[in-house]
Amino acid sequence: MIKLAEMKKSFLVSLWFMFLTFPVMVIRVNPIEKAVEWRWVNMLFIGAGSFVLSFLWRYLLRRKEAGRGSGKIRNVPIFWRAVSEPKLRVPALAAVSVFAAAFPFIFSAYQVNIMTTVLLYIMLGLGLNIVVGLAGLLDLGYVAFYAVGAYSYALLNHHLGLGFWTVLPFGALMGAVFGILLGFPVLRLRGDYLAIVTLGFGEIIRLVLENWNEFSFGPSGIANIPRPSFFGMQLSLQGASAYMYFIMTGLVLLTVFVVNRLQDSRIGRAWIALREDEIACQAMGIDKTKTKLAAFALGATWAGMAGVIFAAKTTFINPASFTFLESAMILSIVVLGGMGSITGVICGAFILILLPEYLRAFSDFRMLLFGAIMVLMMVFRPQGLISDMRRTYEFEDTAEKGL
Amino acid sequence: MGTILEVSGLSMDFGGLRAIEQFDLNITEGEIAALIGPNGAGKTTFFNCITGIYSPAAGDIFITPPGEKRKRINGLKPNIITRSGMARTFQNIRLFPNMTVLENIMVGRHCRTHSGILGAVLRGLSTVREEKETIGESYAILKKFGLSGSANELARNLPYGEQRRLEIARAIATKPFLLLLDEPAAGLNVRETLELDKLIARLRDEERISILLIEHDMRLVMSISDRITVMDYGKKIAEGTPDEIKNDPVVIKAYLGEEFVA
Repeated sequence: MIKLAEMKKSFLVSLWFMFLTFPVMVIRVNPIEKAVEWRWVNMLFIGAGSFVLSFLWRYLLRRKEAGRGSGKIRNVPIFWRAVSEPKLRVPALAAVSVFAAAFPFIFSAYQVNIMTTVLLYIMLGLGLNIVVGLAGLLDLGYVAFYAVGAYSYALLNHHLGLGFWTVLPFGALMGAVFGILLGFPVLRLRGDYLAIVTLGFGEIIRLVLENWNEFSFGPSGIANIPRPSFFGMQLSLQGASAYMYFIMTGLVLLTVFVVNRLQDSRIGRAWIALREDEIACQAMGIDKTKTKLAAFALGATWAGMAGVIFAAKTTFINPASFTFLESAMILSIVVLGGMGSITGVICGAFILILLPEYLRAFSDFRMLLFGAIMVLMMVFRPQGLISDMRRTYEFEDTAEKGL
Repeated sequence: MGTILEVSGLSMDFGGLRAIEQFDLNITEGEIAALIGPNGAGKTTFFNCITGIYSPAAGDIFITPPGEKRKRINGLKPNIITRSGMARTFQNIRLFPNMTVLENIMVGRHCRTHSGILGAVLRGLSTVREEKETIGESYAILKKFGLSGSANELARNLPYGEQRRLEIARAIATKPFLLLLDEPAAGLNVRETLELDKLIARLRDEERISILLIEHDMRLVMSISDRITVMDYGKKIAEGTPDEIKNDPVVIKAYLGEEFVA
């Protein structure tokens, strides 16, 4: 009997879709013959198509509901089980690192550049992950720190002629300083309010850069930013992009290393506790102010560093690179990948950066597809691709204790 | 046995509503004291005032940690108060649901440990040692509370009774000299409540922690408390031993109404 009700629902859905798409899909005005063509066949296709899709949609939703109730094993993603298998781990890591090392020698400069971009976003994602994923502070203005880093390098290079390697730590420091500056006014805010204020902060930085011509050269931006030098040698374009790729790989490894250690430390636990319950967290003797500021500062550090690299990679920056869309992109990487999970953020960055790039073949539809994939992800896996797994500890006497 | 908590003339307003008015309360070292009163009497507000979640409108709160000097804690932040040795649990359980049971306890150890960001990244000797100690001590606490079997479970997956116990264990991890329990027996069945009796007595006798609890379960309150304070409409209406309170006409009136007073 459920089947009949389902049929009815799907039928209504298809009717609704036929109605919605009627003006676009059915009517066509032919201006030459001054006549209206009625393409009723299209309507039939839409109706049948949406009927089937709505059936499929509800079937998948039902399956998801059923999956939620059953045991714990289902909750562990297959991917994670594969990674945590010690036998597979070493060869898999070895294969990945060999592939990563050989990448610029196998593929074209175009591919290498895309991969560098992916790595850049991994770094940004991991940085934002500290703020959003671990500490649970929804920051919509993260791109501001990215801009701070990029302009630090561009301006210091323009005025003082400082090189990439000198500015890289400075950009990180500037990011941290701005992170704390933003942190102070929003300490008392939570959730939606925090999101709005950080969003505003991001826009303020961008608008200042756009309008303060004497300082930032306004919308025309800063050009001719030098690429990083390789022990004083000038590299060819191909060589430079390969070099950039290796720098980026090294920095991503550093980020993963640092974030991994932070996550699993006293301060990391304090962040998660803050995310889980702010009042209980304070009642445990954790200084909310310090913990929040630390999260903002450490998150922004990576963005500042990524900004320096971005400026060096593109050799030209202007405020248009630091719009809200960019913040949204980085946030999507974190949310889609899985909040609080390093592996998740890496996967998220690969998917969200590579997908639009390789979908260029479907140029007109690529953003549509991109949107559809995002919606599907959020419906079927709201916790992200890879959910955060808590660390477990072994104790000698657990065995005897277990019931 | 000195006084470890002295509250005098405490008042708290919410807009025009006076939730607590001129409230006094003293706790002596080693005692189990109970704070009772009808719903809405201001008991939880009182807890929130002395633990720094609210800043009281008037009055003084002094604590004297054993072996330390007496100090005023009005308006201090909750984390400072916990650090100076007063820990609490919440009426509606406030665990960190997506952390493991062990991690919940480890968070409790936060205010007694020191390693910072740099230590976490570099993992120097002292950080590694501290981390090991934290894990060891946390596990020892879990064992004491009979929760070590589920150390690696997420806190939200624990049965309700165990969640309550975990919350007390987490508060103990902050090494308090005074533990404030806000309705620890709420939602527990009879057997679990009996176990709670023993647990609270053990905390006092073995860990030498003084206890102030808010509770509605009269059997529990009467059986373990040394002294009971009754609160109604933000005021203290009675104070005494369980026997005195049981027979106090003012208390009976507050709970049951005029006509029940013999």
